[in-house]
Amino acid sequence: MPLSTQNEINREIAAISAEARATVEAGGTPELHPRRGYAPYRSSVLRHPTHALVKADPEEIERTSPAFGHTDVDSYEADLTIQHPGEPLGERIIVTGRVLDGEGRPVRNQLLEVWQANASGRYVHKRDQHPAPLDPNFTGVGRVITGDDGSYRLVTIKPGAYPWKNHTNAWRPAHIHFSLFGTAFTQRLVTQMYFPGDPLFALDPIYQSIVDPAAQQRLVSQYDHDVSVPEWAIGYRWNITLTGPKQTWMEQDDDHE
Amino acid sequence: MSEQTPSQTVGPFFGYALPFERGGEVVDRAQPGAIRLHGRVFDGEGIGIPDALLELWQPDGSGVISRELGSHERDGYTFTGFGRTETTRAGDYTFTTVTPGAVGGGAAYALVTLFARGLLHHLFTRVYFLTPDEVPAAVAGDAVLSKLPPERVPTLLAVADGAGSYRFDIRLQGENETVFLDFDA
Ligand SMILES: [Fe+2]
Repeated sequence: MPLSTQNEINREIAAISAEARATVEAGGTPELHPRRGYAPYRSSVLRHPTHALVKADPEEIERTSPAFGHTDVDSYEADLTIQHPGEPLGERIIVTGRVLDGEGRPVRNQLLEVWQANASGRYVHKRDQHPAPLDPNFTGVGRVITGDDGSYRLVTIKPGAYPWKNHTNAWRPAHIHFSLFGTAFTQRLVTQMYFPGDPLFALDPIYQSIVDPAAQQRLVSQYDHDVSVPEWAIGYRWNITLTGPKQTWMEQDDDHE
Repeated sequence: MSEQTPSQTVGPFFGYALPFERGGEVVDRAQPGAIRLHGRVFDGEGIGIPDALLELWQPDGSGVISRELGSHERDGYTFTGFGRTETTRAGDYTFTTVTPGAVGGGAAYALVTLFARGLLHHLFTRVYFLTPDEVPAAVAGDAVLSKLPPERVPTLLAVADGAGSYRFDIRLQGENETVFLDFDA
């Protein structure tokens, strides 16, 4: 099947967004997450369940999560610019924020993993065929354990946009992939953080698969001048909110927090 | 009360970032009682998915949930209950683990979480370890199995396929589509 044009993708996105907006205006609940079956993102067509998910109360295993700590991660892994002998090319940035649960409480001492393209939009991955240069001083993988206040801080390089083959002239907005654990496995989250004002948002079916505009904004970091460091790096702030955990709604023993 | 951060696909390029050394070996292969849990992840056309990531989270053989740190460091002895592995070109995955014990008297199962390019939000499912004669009582007594149409129950059952080996295929769509769970009901 020939690849669709960007205009064809735009029309599909617009039709789905209009339908979603109408549903909310008629009193429907805004959708918090992307739709798993979102045809403008072609790879989703054969990779999403067609049955409704079966609602289940989490049992004990689902209300717990693997334990991580400083035995798992070295503190230097939060700085993606010091993994090689030389400095990577690109715009040095700081990305910081807090990981919270659905009640606004910090998610402490849990693992946060990130990966990203380099400043040219190229991943250190054998399947990435984008003809942009690799950077011998940048791998693009980092890990951090959240602090007692749920905070994290990463130093990295602003990733470049990169092309992909969803449709003709398809480009992903610049993003950093994030993987997070909460205190319950039901809180597990893999997502992508974007940068403010990217002109590719409107054209990107992965970003647009989140049909609620307010939910889309939750993936966009904010420039924060207080995070920027003079003569050294530009700062972005991005807070992450996990679901639940459900166990906290049943247990009454931590009201003092 | 803050609003949830939405999910996005893990994409195709997680392979150099998320898998870790011996991540699929929840226990050492030489450990007595070690089992192979393996299968294939299929798309809606019955083709194996070569770029999926699976996570396993389970109690130990006696139903105890580990609180050990070091879930990404395999020392060969400590049971952390967490495994992570990616599928092969054919869409196959393999974990080395133990048969989970039942927690609190329920049916014994492990939680499986699936991520993939094309999958915008991860999927949860459970793999139950039941002998054929245990199935009827387990189905009747389990909060999830008991509310499934009978023909969908087998999609959550590990199938013994050799000495110490269990097969658990995952079908994203189509005939025998795997039951996926929503814990935010
Ligand atoms: Fe990406």
